[in-house]
Amino acid sequence: MINIQSLNKEFESRVRLGIMSILIVRDWVEFKELKSLLDITDGNLASHAGALEKNGYIQVHKEFVGKKPRTTYQVTALGKKAFTDHLSQLEKLMRQI
Amino acid sequence: MAAKQLGNEPNDKVSMNRGNYPESPLDRPRSGQHKYEDDLSAIRSMMERSSRFISLSGLSGVSAGLIALLGGGYALYLVHREGRGYLSHTAMAYTTGFFTQLFVLAIVILVLAVAAATYFTVRKSKKAKLQIWTTTTRQLLSSLLVPLFIGGVACLALLFHGQTQLMAPATLIFYGLALMSASKYTFQEVYYLGLLESILGLISCFLVGYGLIFWIIGFGLLHITYGILMQRKYR
Repeated sequence: MINIQSLNKEFESRVRLGIMSILIVRDWVEFKELKSLLDITDGNLASHAGALEKNGYIQVHKEFVGKKPRTTYQVTALGKKAFTDHLSQLEKLMRQI
Repeated sequence: MAAKQLGNEPNDKVSMNRGNYPESPLDRPRSGQHKYEDDLSAIRSMMERSSRFISLSGLSGVSAGLIALLGGGYALYLVHREGRGYLSHTAMAYTTGFFTQLFVLAIVILVLAVAAATYFTVRKSKKAKLQIWTTTTRQLLSSLLVPLFIGGVACLALLFHGQTQLMAPATLIFYGLALMSASKYTFQEVYYLGLLESILGLISCFLVGYGLIFWIIGFGLLHITYGILMQRKYR
């Protein structure tokens, strides 16, 4: 009925979709802000962000501001492409329904 | 089409949530075909939520422009009443008293315009239930205010040396550059607004005496046009 295979498995999770959507429209985003936007726990965000990083979809910058560590995320060119492809697949599926 | 689909499903939670932001788009139910609809609306909502931190209301531009237009008009009237030929298109020296009057007027316009612009942008953020003070807001403000401050000091230097004929062009140029620098953190259109302001300032540099007219076009008309365009584009 629907060709689900064409969808990117990496974006199965709503959290990952959320992370990608935010990073697509923003230059770089801090961990804290991402967390409050998505309304999820630290661990949840960290594991999903880690998975996206492993795929090369996002880039992680870690730095120290004074003594506090600050983690920021940025989407990579590969991530941008993967996400837009995923979006057009979603749209295609919507049209079939 | 998507809306019609949703309308046919009375038990669809998403259709009820649409319009106002849900607590989190992440905890919506996900089963069967609804998952894709949910995915798409979650993406849209996230993109909006995160990018609107930096969004300016089009009405901000319109209100700031109107205030500049009125203020500039009043300045023209003052100049005329003084019998100064600002419109005779020659550079001239102003008496200190008269210049103070113009200077105070300029400050009043600035304060009112900033206040009105802030009001509409804050109102827009509140309507959309968005946080106002974020990293992006800070970046936007610093990338706008730092060049603006430098420009402001440069204008004061012009005033100090009595080069008042170059003040209107200088404000336009520096304001334009500030906008171009701030556009990184907001709509791309702001860059072109800045570019136009700067170009207007440059032209005005060579047409000394028309300063006030250019100022009214730049801060008044350009802002209003920009505001209306943005309001129509992003609603």
